[in-house]
Amino acid sequence: MLFIKDLEVSIEGKKILKGLTLEVKPGEVHAIMGPNGTGKSTLANVIAGRDLYEIGGGKVSYKGKDLLELSVEERANEGIFLGFQYPVEIPGVSMTNFLRTAVNERRAYHGLDPMPAGEFLRMMEEKKQLVEIHSQLASRSVNEGFSGGEKKRNEIFQMAMLEPELAILDETDSGLDIDALKVVANGVNKLRRPDNAFIVITHYQRLLDYIIPDFVHVLFNGRIVRSGGKELALELEEKGYEWLKAQAPA
Amino acid sequence: MDTIITDNSLKGKMITLFGENLRSNFSSDSEHIRSIRLQAIERFRELGFPSPTEEKWRSTNLGKTLMLEYVQHFAPLEKDIDVRKVFQCEVFDLDTILVAQYNGWLVNKGETLTSLPNGTVIGSLADAMRQYPEIFEKHYGKYADMQHDGLNALNTAFAQDGLFIYVPEGVTVEKPVQIINLIDLKENFFVQPRNLIVLEKGASLRLVHCDHSLRHKESLINNVSEFYVGEGAYLDHYKIQNKDNSSTLITTTFFHQERESRVSTNTIVLHGGVVRNNISVKLAGEYAEADILGLYLVDREQHVDTHVHVDHAVPHCTSNEMFKGILDDQASGVFNGHILVRREAQKTLAYQNNRNLLLTDKARIHTKPHLEIYADDVKCSHGATVGQLDPEAMFYLRTRGIGEHAARMLLMYAFAAEVIGKISIQALRERIDELVAKRLRGELTICDQCVIDCREKRPVSFDIDLSKI
Ligand SMILES: Nc1ncnc2c1ncn2[C@@H]1O[C@H](COP(=O)(O)OP(=O)(O)O)[C@@H](O)[C@H]1O
Ligand SMILES: [Mg+2]
Repeated sequence: MLFIKDLEVSIEGKKILKGLTLEVKPGEVHAIMGPNGTGKSTLANVIAGRDLYEIGGGKVSYKGKDLLELSVEERANEGIFLGFQYPVEIPGVSMTNFLRTAVNERRAYHGLDPMPAGEFLRMMEEKKQLVEIHSQLASRSVNEGFSGGEKKRNEIFQMAMLEPELAILDETDSGLDIDALKVVANGVNKLRRPDNAFIVITHYQRLLDYIIPDFVHVLFNGRIVRSGGKELALELEEKGYEWLKAQAPA
Repeated sequence: MDTIITDNSLKGKMITLFGENLRSNFSSDSEHIRSIRLQAIERFRELGFPSPTEEKWRSTNLGKTLMLEYVQHFAPLEKDIDVRKVFQCEVFDLDTILVAQYNGWLVNKGETLTSLPNGTVIGSLADAMRQYPEIFEKHYGKYADMQHDGLNALNTAFAQDGLFIYVPEGVTVEKPVQIINLIDLKENFFVQPRNLIVLEKGASLRLVHCDHSLRHKESLINNVSEFYVGEGAYLDHYKIQNKDNSSTLITTTFFHQERESRVSTNTIVLHGGVVRNNISVKLAGEYAEADILGLYLVDREQHVDTHVHVDHAVPHCTSNEMFKGILDDQASGVFNGHILVRREAQKTLAYQNNRNLLLTDKARIHTKPHLEIYADDVKCSHGATVGQLDPEAMFYLRTRGIGEHAARMLLMYAFAAEVIGKISIQALRERIDELVAKRLRGELTICDQCVIDCREKRPVSFDIDLSKI
């Protein structure tokens, strides 16, 4: 589904990713862990199509297409979803208007008519249940005045609405208390299917107690320095990132 | 009587025209009005038309406009028009008290001045001048400062008709009043409407003022309005401007606020050639509050210039200014916000905010806050931003599959929504919302101008059967 080979990325002349290779197949959940500032968000943003970065080398293919050739919205409409580490507040754009536009843009991309309003509202209600959002979300502006936890739930809610094939969740767990964490994890688990995949970026092992990954990768200094099963997360938790620094090539 | 005026010395022509009219169309004026006219023309003689050498007109050059030939009418061509037959306004689900000003003159089936059972008088300024001289003696020309403004002096010299509203003490006018100012002539046209609105103590009025043109001819409108808002009175005021590219619209609006009065005024420019809005608020009684809001959407060669002047003359008053603009193509704009807090005006709260979105490199805005504060115990703030759409927000929207165009639309619309959201008349808010969305999509035509929407969907030419008049 997603195949990244020797990806090199820099920002403002500073090399962040230095030859990263990763393959994700349908039905898999990959966790990416690593210390702060190591390039996890950079990887997520590059996959989603953020234009701040210079691609120095390597290639990224998605469902057989050259991903780097696609616009941000094309990637989204081809099924890529990015759950932001820092969701953006957009005053004046209501959640309803935002999601209806998003849903219908996607439908248009796939040659479908806009979703009838009634059906759309029913879908919103149903997906709200999934992430246990009880508030009057619909009339509020996107993320505006949302608490940290609400913003993260809102990302999962959007993911549920858009039903991506490949979802990248960038530290969706950080800043959440254990209850909120369970809600988020539960939302993800309910959306898992044999034909979709997740990349879960996290700083802590904690989330992986609830979202059981098939693979864990450790990103350090711009490269994946170790890959393993879910037990790697525990090992990492135990030994700390200092352990990696001792091992990794500079 | 038609008089053709031409070219470079419009000033000289106006002075000549004044002399002629004094003997004819102005001859039935009261002594009071006559003396105001005479003072005004003298002032105009000294000041003339604004020139770009004046600080306040540095960025808006009327040179070209003043070079054109215009027709002026000093007597109405037609007075017997049933506006409800001519326009079917779809703005309001509720019905409004609809008044139309057609080529400068109030028209309404010959009944140009109406008294409601609660004592409110609504209609033609020309008629009211004759019927209510005591109101004019008390208020007319009292708030409009013509000492420093040649256009205001000129308007005052020639003022004949416009909207007059008198709301007696304690009366709430339930329905919003809507005035539609229409220009519909085959010639280039110069008109100077004059409005006087008086709200006595505790009165309440909602007024929607629409400027609209029906033909793509050059027109010059020099509009002056005076609002007296008495103690504890409430005025909710909207100006919706949707003029074609060949029009020059200058409006100068004075609000005089007494103790504990509240004014909310919202100026929405959807389209225009050259638009200049001068808004002047005098907070003359303690605990008065003014919300001064505006939104301007311009593109191509359009130019919109907003000058706001707030005078905090006494303590404990609040003013809140919020103007937002979206400028596309080569459009240009000016925002000049002057807040004066006099020495006595302690405990003043005065806020000003002007935010602009420039959609191209060529669009321009000059934004200039000007705070002049002589009191020491005040809270004042101002902020001005000129920017592009937030790239973070753009990226966020696009990662949800929303294309660049639609994402820009959503963000522009959201930017405008802050001002639209403050419209308290729900049906008007919804209609403006729709018009702004249409405007941003580039679908607003001269035909769904303003808040008028003719039932027959007749296009631009919008024929009024003049043979019947
Ligand atoms: N917009 C930016 N401009 C400059 N440097 C950036 C920018 N965003 C990230 N970086 C740098 O790139 C590196 C990787 O950041 P990031 O991908 O956010 O790390 P992580 O998500 O692993 O914490 C950091 O050193 C950070 O300082
Ligand atoms: Mg990060």
